Amino acid sequence: MSATGIGAAVRRKEDHRFVTGKGQYTDDINRPGQTYIYFVRSPHAHAKIKKIDGAEAKGMPGVVAVLTGADLAADKIGNLICGWAISSKDGSPMKMSAHPAIASEKANHVGDAVAVVIAETLAQAKDAGEKVKIDYEVLPAVADPAKAQAAGAPLIHDVAPNNTIYQWHLGDQKATEAAFKSANHVTKLDIVNNRLVPNAIEPRAALADYDSGNDTLTLWNTSQNPHVARLVIAAFVGMAPEHKLRVIAPDVGGGFGSKIFIYPEEVVCLWASRKVNRPVKWNSDRSEAFLTDAHGRDHVTHAEMAFDAEGRITGLRAKTIANLGAYMSTFSSSVPTYLYATLLSGQYGIPNIYCEVDAVYTNTVPVDAYRGAGRPEATFVVERLVEAGAREMSIDPADLRKKNFIKTFPHQTPVIMAYDAGDYGASLKKAQDLADVKGFAKRKRDSARNGKLRGMGYSTYIEACGIAPSQAVGSLGAGVGLWESAEVRVNPTGSVEVLTGSHSHGQGHETTFAQLVSERLGIPIENVSIVHGDTDKVQFGMGTYGSRSGAVGMTAIVKALDKVEAKAKKVAAFMLEAAEGDIEFKDGKFTVAGTDKAAAFGDVALNAYIAHKFTGAELEPGLKEGAFYDPTNFTFPAGCHICEIEIDPATGESQIVAWTAVDDFGVVINPMIVEGQVHGGIAQGVGQALYEGTVYDKEGQLVTGSYMDYAMPRADYLPSFKVDTTETKCPSNPLGIKGCGEAGAIAAPAAVMNAITDALGTEDIAMPATPAAVWRAIQKHPTRQAAE
Amino acid sequence: MPAVSMTVNGKAVTADADARTLLVQYLREGLRLTGTHVGCDTSQCGACVVHMNGKAVKACTMFAWQAEGATITTIEGLAQDGKLHPMQEAFRDNHGLQCGFCTPGMIMTAVDMVNRKGNALDDKTIRHELEGNICRCTGYHNIVKSIAAGAKAMA
Repeated sequence: MSATGIGAAVRRKEDHRFVTGKGQYTDDINRPGQTYIYFVRSPHAHAKIKKIDGAEAKGMPGVVAVLTGADLAADKIGNLICGWAISSKDGSPMKMSAHPAIASEKANHVGDAVAVVIAETLAQAKDAGEKVKIDYEVLPAVADPAKAQAAGAPLIHDVAPNNTIYQWHLGDQKATEAAFKSANHVTKLDIVNNRLVPNAIEPRAALADYDSGNDTLTLWNTSQNPHVARLVIAAFVGMAPEHKLRVIAPDVGGGFGSKIFIYPEEVVCLWASRKVNRPVKWNSDRSEAFLTDAHGRDHVTHAEMAFDAEGRITGLRAKTIANLGAYMSTFSSSVPTYLYATLLSGQYGIPNIYCEVDAVYTNTVPVDAYRGAGRPEATFVVERLVEAGAREMSIDPADLRKKNFIKTFPHQTPVIMAYDAGDYGASLKKAQDLADVKGFAKRKRDSARNGKLRGMGYSTYIEACGIAPSQAVGSLGAGVGLWESAEVRVNPTGSVEVLTGSHSHGQGHETTFAQLVSERLGIPIENVSIVHGDTDKVQFGMGTYGSRSGAVGMTAIVKALDKVEAKAKKVAAFMLEAAEGDIEFKDGKFTVAGTDKAAAFGDVALNAYIAHKFTGAELEPGLKEGAFYDPTNFTFPAGCHICEIEIDPATGESQIVAWTAVDDFGVVINPMIVEGQVHGGIAQGVGQALYEGTVYDKEGQLVTGSYMDYAMPRADYLPSFKVDTTETKCPSNPLGIKGCGEAGAIAAPAAVMNAITDALGTEDIAMPATPAAVWRAIQKHPTRQAAE
Repeated sequence: MPAVSMTVNGKAVTADADARTLLVQYLREGLRLTGTHVGCDTSQCGACVVHMNGKAVKACTMFAWQAEGATITTIEGLAQDGKLHPMQEAFRDNHGLQCGFCTPGMIMTAVDMVNRKGNALDDKTIRHELEGNICRCTGYHNIVKSIAAGAKAMA
């Protein structure tokens, strides 16, 4: 392993600009003559828009324009769409409502945009926004997904009776029912997977600039996938042809899924820029982010697990209501279906699985993918059932897991996925050793002596990453293929630019991708630049989400590097006057087999461009190659997280006293970066389990709409983490990578709640297990405590 | 619009600011010092932390005119003569950042922490002192490590 190659903990190339304040985020970019846009948003969760009077606002100082949904429709700007078609079990298509970027007839959630003001300064736009008079007829609202389908619930979209978007299912219902009939033991749980607000610390932003000279539009925005944004805004919204629209996602301050989607604000900024013929800038404030960024999770589930007399799992069934909010966001339909039910086999050989999912509209912010997207929900169902089952049957929870682990690969689950490689026993064993599970009983006694309750919880999770084989997702309803592209440009002096369709917003691609190139071409890592996030530079790409950029994005680079090497060998053959078949390439040097003739990579690059040694008829000049890579399977990262928690029964306060994570991500490119991804994922998972609860009141008002009300995990809420890995190589890509970005957020909630329920001796507590919730559970179920 | 003057990163500056212009807007929009970020509107996230007269302040929570005549240091002013400040170096060495958005505020808070609490900072102190700074990427593990290392290096 070289000091900067694959496997080395290389310091990040991008960090110098970030630690010196020289990052270029969207809000840091300004255009000459730019205006500022302010969105006037509905204060009601559900209301008819009877009249909008912008006359007074138009006369306010600095106001350039006041625009409404009617203006948008008059200019034939199309609706936002959901790009993944899901059919109900009766074969009927999902009920996708119209989603105009500015509501004109009815506002469907608090924060729905109803008008915009464009002014010379943001303050002027805000001042004028207060003068836009909107006459609302307030309608009854529903925010609770469990109540959305009830008779008499307010109807949100005519297209979706009973507010039901689809009633989908997966698996063999009859076989699963038979498994439950013959079960020796059945464990049942009612689970609420709490709604979360992603909260990337950089708020979303958009800066649109119309060039009337060329009739082109440029959009700088906070996107995880600028090419997909351009495609949707061009082809579906109809803003401009693709070649007349440039989308640039510069430095992006975290995404976690929330910056995948195509949002109303970027559409409106583009349209408004052309309309006022000046640049238009929008930067969300945090309150606006709470009301408009797609939220995550929000499932209500009843789940059951069947066991035989030996403790083998014989069946799993789940019925889930998934809240998709007021409109179907870009990929919302796929999250509670193909990203959820397909993972319900966990790490276990479960012969029979059946899952039903009803997706519903409510008068809340749209819900879409958030770190893990469906897989945390699946893991929570499986891992809570296994843990509760073990307790009910008085079997050690680790032993029950081991008994049911899948041990031979490939393994076809009953819910689509074909697991390709793994060693679940190895990660469990390593985690148990690192966590000193053997010493837990003593630590628990010590806690009890101090009047504290101690608990330990496992989460042996699996996820499907490397999203995804295009043919497979196409057959499941995806509107796009999920390959990735790369182009490797070798300069005449031997330095290299790599253009990638992946997008980095914290993951460190500028470093890890350069490590791959440095190792493959034998050149210093400083001689490699990674270019991403600009549709004028990178031809196309699918962006970054679903822990895909290592397994899919880097494999595309490998394919392009293969072509570069092949071409360079031809050039070297001319230079060294040898047969192409005799040229070998190693450590940055081309040699002729069996001789001492050699040429350095830089010399070959120069000769490729000078082209004095060969004619264009024999070989094209230049050294630049591109590739598309379409994966042949998902990848299956898996591992074991163990949470140890101590609870003060007097206050209900939980403290995580130890966290052990052992993950199998396949081959690791940069262990420092991988560990960082695991830390961050765990923190978000712990946030879900202990702190973060999104609360809507009965009227559909978001009660937790700021950092004063929504508890973000802070430094002193969290421990330091013990993080390690095991490795089984992923067989479906040449690098053997599985992906690491979401693991922590997938594993952590179940580990925390298994620890808390272990400590409390009751399963009757939901996330977030705040001190108040824990204290109430202790009062309701005092038995265990009395027994201690 | 009245002009407001102060010393920023060692230079005397004057820029227009009306009565409601926040210090962070003055820095970002008036002086184009965009390293100081805005991550919330309730003074919670700490992405906007700068030093005023040697002490950490949240630049989103004060008006520009309140800093009239003050000495301000932003993240852009921390490195001297092209050499990174030890705290900047420590964040880079210890992978104390991912997306980089909270980082300027974290580093400015960290330097202030060392100024107040000294160079030997234990994890508990660091975590407690970070109550006004939110990071969504790192889980804080490597930020805590970075600050402990940076504090030592500042001695």
